[in-house]
Amino acid sequence: MSRGKTWFEALAGAIPDGEPASVLCADGTVGDERSRFLAVVPNPEARFPRARDGELGLEEGWALARRVREAVVEDLDDDRRALVAVVDVPGQPYGYREELLGLHLALAAAVDAYATARLAGHPVVALVVGQALSGAFLAHGMQANRILALEDPGVAVQVMSKRSTARVTRRSVEDLDEIAKEVPATAYDVTSFARLGALHRLIEGVNAEQPDAEDVERVREALAEAIYSARHDGSTDLSGRLASPEARQHRDASLRVRERLAEEWSR
Amino acid sequence: MTFPARPKTRLTELSARERAAALLDSGTFRELIGPFERLESPHLELQGVVPACDDGVVVARGDLDGKEAVVLAVEGLFQGGGIGEVSGAKIAGALELALRDAESGHPVCPVLLLETGGIRLQEANLGLLAVAEIHQAIVALRSHVPVVGVVAGMVGCFGGMAIAAGLCSHVIMTREGRLGLNGPQVVEQEAGVAELDSDDRRLVWETIGGQQRVATGVADVLVEDDVAMIAETVRTACEAGVPAENRSAQVGRYEARLARIDVSEPVDGPALRALWDDEGEER
Repeated sequence: MSRGKTWFEALAGAIPDGEPASVLCADGTVGDERSRFLAVVPNPEARFPRARDGELGLEEGWALARRVREAVVEDLDDDRRALVAVVDVPGQPYGYREELLGLHLALAAAVDAYATARLAGHPVVALVVGQALSGAFLAHGMQANRILALEDPGVAVQVMSKRSTARVTRRSVEDLDEIAKEVPATAYDVTSFARLGALHRLIEGVNAEQPDAEDVERVREALAEAIYSARHDGSTDLSGRLASPEARQHRDASLRVRERLAEEWSR
Repeated sequence: MTFPARPKTRLTELSARERAAALLDSGTFRELIGPFERLESPHLELQGVVPACDDGVVVARGDLDGKEAVVLAVEGLFQGGGIGEVSGAKIAGALELALRDAESGHPVCPVLLLETGGIRLQEANLGLLAVAEIHQAIVALRSHVPVVGVVAGMVGCFGGMAIAAGLCSHVIMTREGRLGLNGPQVVEQEAGVAELDSDDRRLVWETIGGQQRVATGVADVLVEDDVAMIAETVRTACEAGVPAENRSAQVGRYEARLARIDVSEPVDGPALRALWDDEGEER
């Protein structure tokens, strides 16, 4: 069973029915908070064959958008429920049909929905339990106002899979590993990603593959804290990522550019 | 019937800086963090790449028909228009300032000139974070002012920045422009030449080219690769205001469109045009 499915089931209870079967969505609670859990999981029967191994494809992008927007509309006059994205996505499918049918737009739909929910006041929390790669992570996770990740060797955050990056850049996997030692932004491990300051918390000492009840409880506590802090910090954008001590050190150029732009913006 | 002779200037023959200047009202171009400030990428030299003094993105304030605008032009000739930490922060930061102004009742029309292969792999996760911040800023901004994206060519618009184009209020393309998530060469490399022959220009343009994208409603306006015509089209888009429903929010429409695809049959560009004909389908 995929990690995404394992953690979805552990947090949401049962695996719900729904279309497409690759997008899991269920309402439950985290502490006192009403929460909608969302995950993209492998579906060997998927209508589009290039998205059968957990890739975030055409149907997945639009279905995530539908599920997130449903919650936004239902909660318009009510407390905004939390949205918890359980992230274990190996990337997006590479295919002719996918490009023809507007895969970029399907991913934009998911980005749009999560960002819209966050801006409307829903606490959006991403929980990275496995791979968080490429456009798939942009669409399912990166628009969260809190990102949590399990500290585990199987957790990876990167722009492209190592295999594909090696092919595109015509370097060997060994070369890429060497570069990653010098340039942490190119590394795959979650500890390197944490150095960039965008993680709210790295959760240590949890069995990511086969969590027991205690592991699940620890993650629930971390989620509850993340939802609480997202709800109460008065900001619905992503500016917190640049305010962290890690970002001050490792995203110095991002901060300098913004300072300079603000100085020069108005004559 | 004769037309007055007018020398035609192709937008695609211009650099990013020239493109931005050519679109803005004459004499109003003012660059922010210009090349003489030398705010370069701090990550490239380590990896044997010569950095550019503007990191491949031009931020220009100026006017469009007398109204305040900001043009964000990606230079496709530098590292394939790849978005790194500095170039990404220039785009995100400018959009954030436009948002601040819009929220205080002072609209500034943002125009993105998208010639980019997506995230610059040498800067990897720093580019990923910047692109997510660009996405956030577009979604927040476009409820106040229309965010206009232009994909003119020759690089095209791919990866995380194609997602950004998908979020724009209006997308303008030329026939030369291409818009897709994974570029044709990447699809060929990852899925094989039988999946997509990236050297087959006709096939590529019939799949992700401007004419196809506009015909199927995935982009809004097809325009000739001519500075004056593109400048006019950008002004019309800014003037058109905020759409009733942004394309990336049209979930029901696109789920219905996908449901109409018979996955047991091959489908190509011309076939899709018939299937996704705006006139024939219910919204």
